Amino acid sequence: MFYALLCYHQEDVVCAWTKEEDEAVMRKLAVVQERLAKEGRLGPVARLLPTTAATTLRKDQDPPLVLDGPFAETKEQLLGFYLLDCADLEEALGIARELGAANPGGSYEIRPVGLFVDGGARP
Amino acid sequence: MDEARWIGTTLAAARPQALAALLRYFRDLDLAEEAYQEACLRALRTWPQNGPPRDAAAWLVFVGRNVALDSVRRRAKQTELPPEDLLSDTGDAEAEIAERLDGADYRDDVLRLLFICCHPDLPATQQIALALRIVSGLSVKQIARAFLVGEAAMEQRITRAKARIGRAQANGTGVPFESPGAVERAARLGAVAAMIYLVFNEGYSAAGDTSGAREPLCEEAIRLARLLLRLFPAEPEIMGLAALMLLQHARAGTRFDADGAPVLLDRQDRGLWNRPMIAEGLALLDKAMRHRQPGPYQVQAAIAALHARAPTPEETDWAQIDLLYGTLEIMQPSPVVTLNRAVAVAKLRGPEAALAMVEPLGDKLAGYFHYHGLRGALLMQLGRTREARDGFMTAIGLAGTAAEAAHIRSHLDGLRDAP
Repeated sequence: MFYALLCYHQEDVVCAWTKEEDEAVMRKLAVVQERLAKEGRLGPVARLLPTTAATTLRKDQDPPLVLDGPFAETKEQLLGFYLLDCADLEEALGIARELGAANPGGSYEIRPVGLFVDGGARP
Repeated sequence: MDEARWIGTTLAAARPQALAALLRYFRDLDLAEEAYQEACLRALRTWPQNGPPRDAAAWLVFVGRNVALDSVRRRAKQTELPPEDLLSDTGDAEAEIAERLDGADYRDDVLRLLFICCHPDLPATQQIALALRIVSGLSVKQIARAFLVGEAAMEQRITRAKARIGRAQANGTGVPFESPGAVERAARLGAVAAMIYLVFNEGYSAAGDTSGAREPLCEEAIRLARLLLRLFPAEPEIMGLAALMLLQHARAGTRFDADGAPVLLDRQDRGLWNRPMIAEGLALLDKAMRHRQPGPYQVQAAIAALHARAPTPEETDWAQIDLLYGTLEIMQPSPVVTLNRAVAVAKLRGPEAALAMVEPLGDKLAGYFHYHGLRGALLMQLGRTREARDGFMTAIGLAGTAAEAAHIRSHLDGLRDAP
C-alpha cells in the first residue's frame, strides 16, 4: 500500500530556524530517508517553498479564479510530503514517528494513496 | 532542537502578531512591550510543563493583556496578584482571541506596528533600529553590533526614537488606531516596504566586514517581507521586494573572498549561490508579473533574476537588463540607476558608450565611491591610463571599507606598468 505523508508545520517557526538548525534537521532526516530508500520503501520526497510562493486556482467557478497564496489559511502549513510503500498503517505510523523524532514539532497527516502515476519528470 | 531553543523560536515567530495586537489594545508602545515581555516570561515558566499552546500569538496576547491589566489594577489598589495558574489558564478565551486574530484587524495591527516605526520625523537609521528592536525583537546589543556602534549609543538612539513616537501618538499627530482605508493602507504598505528594504541594505551593503555581524539584518528583512506577504498576499510590489531581497541574498556566500575583499558578479562562483532562495525569488517574481502592475521593486527583482538565471557571466542577457534599467530610470529617476545602467551598456555597446552615459553624472555623484570606480574602469578599458589612475585615486579616498579600497588598489597595480 502506498501512503502519502503530508508534513504540516508552522511556517514562521521553520523559516526562523538558523541555517545550522535547518541543516541539522535535514541531516537527521537524510539518515532515515537513506535507510528507507535502501529498503525500497521510499517514493518521491518533496520540500515545498514557503506558502508565500503559492498560487491557488479556484475552479468552482467559470472562468476559474487565480488567487495569490495557499488554498487554506491554517495555523500549520503544508510544507512537504513523502510517498511511502508500507504494508499497513502501523508501519506507516512507525516511519512517521521516526521522521518526527528527526524533525520535531508540527504534524504528519498519513493518507493512503488511491492512484499513483509516475510521470517520470524530475526536477 | 532542545526545548528552550524551541520555545525561543516560537516566541520570536509570534512576536510581531502578539505585540501588534497588544499595541491596538493598550494604544501605548511601552505598555504593549511590557505586557509582551511579561507574557514571554510566563511562557518560559508554563510551556515546559503544560506544553506549547496551539496558537502561541493568541496565548501571548491573552496572558499579556491579563498581566498588564492586573498590574494596573494592583498599582491602583495594592491588592494581591492572582495565582499563576489563574493568569495563564487561557481556556476558551484563547480560542476566541485566535478567531479574532485571524480577522482583518490582525493584518492591519501588524502593518500599523511596522508603520509606526516609519514615522517621517525619524531619520532612516532610527527607523531601522526601532523596527529591529520593536518588531523583530533583536536585543540592543545585537542591533548595536550590526550598526557597528556602541551599545550605549544605540540604546540612546532607540530611546530617543521611541520618545518621539510617544510624543506624536500623544499629541494626535501619530498613527491612528482605527482601521485604515484602502488608500491609507496602500500608503502604509509603501512606507513599510521602503523601511524593510533599508533594513536589508544596511545588512547587504556592509556584509564585507568579516565579522558577519550585519548578515542577520538581511535575513530579518526577508522574514519581515514574508510576514507582510502572508498578510497581504496579492500585492505585486511586496512580492517584488521579497523576490529582490531573496535573489540578492542568495549570492551572499560568494560576494566576498576569505579576506573580505569584494568579488564582482562575473567572478562569483555561481555553483555556491543559494538555489532554494533563487527558486523562491523567481517564483515570487513570476507571481508578481501576472498582476501587470509593474513597480520599482519588481523591475529591480527582474534585473536580479536575469543574473540569477545566467549559468555563466557570458550568458547574461545584458540587452534585457539595459531595458529594465531604462524602465527603472523612468519610474524612479536617480543618477545611481543610470550608473548601474551604464554597466549593462558597457557590456552591450562597449566602454565608450558607457562613459558617455557616466560623465554627465559627475556633479551629482562626485562623492560616490562606485561612480569613480566605474568611471576609472571604463577609462582603463579605453586606454586612458592617466585619467583612469586619477579616477581610482578619488575612489580610494571615498571607499567605505578597507576591502573596497583594496579592490581599487588592485586596479591601480594593474595600471602601474602601463604607459
